[in-house]
Amino acid sequence: MSKIIEDLRYAESHEWVSVDDNGVATVGISDHAQEALGDIVFVELPELGATVNAKEEVAVVESVKAASDVYSPLSGEVTEINEALLDAPETVNASPYDNGWFFKIAISDEAELDELMDADAYADHCDDD
Amino acid sequence: MTPPNNLGPPAVGKRTPLYQQHLNAGAKIVDFAGWDMPINYGSQIEEHNQVRHAAGVFDVSHMTVVDMSGTEAQRYLRHLLANDVARLKEPGQALYSAMLRTDGGVIDDLIVYRMSFGYRIVVNCATRDKDLAWMNSQTDGFEVAVTERPDLAILAVHGPSSIETAAALLDQTKGEAVAGLKNFRGAELGGWFVARTGYTGEKGVEFIVPAEDAAELWEQLLAAEVKPVGLGARDTLRLEAGMNLYGQDMDESTSPVVSNMAQTIAFEPADRDFIGRAAVTDDLAAQAQGNLPELVGLVLQGRGVLRAGQTVSTDRGEGQITSGSYSPTLKHSIALARIPMGSTTCQVDMRGSATEVRIVQPNFVRFGKKVFE
Repeated sequence: MSKIIEDLRYAESHEWVSVDDNGVATVGISDHAQEALGDIVFVELPELGATVNAKEEVAVVESVKAASDVYSPLSGEVTEINEALLDAPETVNASPYDNGWFFKIAISDEAELDELMDADAYADHCDDD
Repeated sequence: MTPPNNLGPPAVGKRTPLYQQHLNAGAKIVDFAGWDMPINYGSQIEEHNQVRHAAGVFDVSHMTVVDMSGTEAQRYLRHLLANDVARLKEPGQALYSAMLRTDGGVIDDLIVYRMSFGYRIVVNCATRDKDLAWMNSQTDGFEVAVTERPDLAILAVHGPSSIETAAALLDQTKGEAVAGLKNFRGAELGGWFVARTGYTGEKGVEFIVPAEDAAELWEQLLAAEVKPVGLGARDTLRLEAGMNLYGQDMDESTSPVVSNMAQTIAFEPADRDFIGRAAVTDDLAAQAQGNLPELVGLVLQGRGVLRAGQTVSTDRGEGQITSGSYSPTLKHSIALARIPMGSTTCQVDMRGSATEVRIVQPNFVRFGKKVFE
């Protein structure tokens, strides 16, 4: 069974979000997602400073098995990217919720957070997958 | 993102004698042509590297073993197969061959071993039904018995330390026989048959043993630090070795000539009448004129992974990738592709941008080392 972290918010497309006190959201992909992909061999990240919209394709994760788009769960400006993933994409497999984060966004519309799932709803969503 | 949908509860399919061992080893089980098989035991890349650097064991008991006996088994197989079993001078010798339709389409690729009782053939699992039907449809006029052996299991043990590790586990007679095997040779050891053949580009042996012996052999291998390897790594290993996968790199719609298999067709002696001979003779001539494509290797040095089904553009026209993946040994993507004969440049569309890829001989890694220029 894949791991789901209690305090995070989740998108239907399997990204997770953690928002800090300054309204900056950290985004990654869930344990369920990395497990389904298998060994990840390449990651493409959004550009620093880019303005992104919720549900927009902003990154790519490619495994031995398949390439998948990563969607931004929220709208805002990209303030940080995890460049370590470019040389060590396997970090996403090993640590999807921690060292395997993809990018951070200064969010422009907090109301979008309400459209994301909590851990329980996401667990049900994974069961239906 | 949209993860591949493959984590649902596994359908209950056919199971090998090692199914419980796979669960014990933490296998992720998937449906493979109706069989519940391990795709990996955690990390496909670690399993791949294990085979390149040490030793791994694959359960390939889903593959179909067929024994051929009778006074005319050799005459029958010299008609049935594109390679010539008369080249197998003594028991234990092995040969890779295509089995062709009259029009040259590849029904399957296989390994045939000369045995004390006749011949043993190992064919693919997904093609079992049609292969057996074809073999049985061709027996008229030959004194031959075609017998499937579902009572046997196959364990492939591959990697630089595989042979010595495996030999050390066996009793003295078996151990010495296994340690002394030359490449493409096998030995009958009681009810066991052990051969130095495989699908990885590494040293290794395949154990074809009674189903009831499989679990004990598996456990002994694991206790000797031979790691279980799933079908995922089997695919990246064979691709690095430039070996075709039936149903992907060739099938009934393709001639062996356009699948890099011409060298496995025995045209001599000229009077051997094998099925498909006239068609592949014509195909070879057409390819020499540039009228048929060829199967080549492709190398992508940058980021991204080439995938089966992608269209490629060369200086001579369009082609298609038949197998593509990430090479864990080379740390970039490699592929097999069928492209116009004589192409010198090749481009592939990688997520909307035309990307240059190199055309190389379809053989990327042997014995752990890069082999193309």
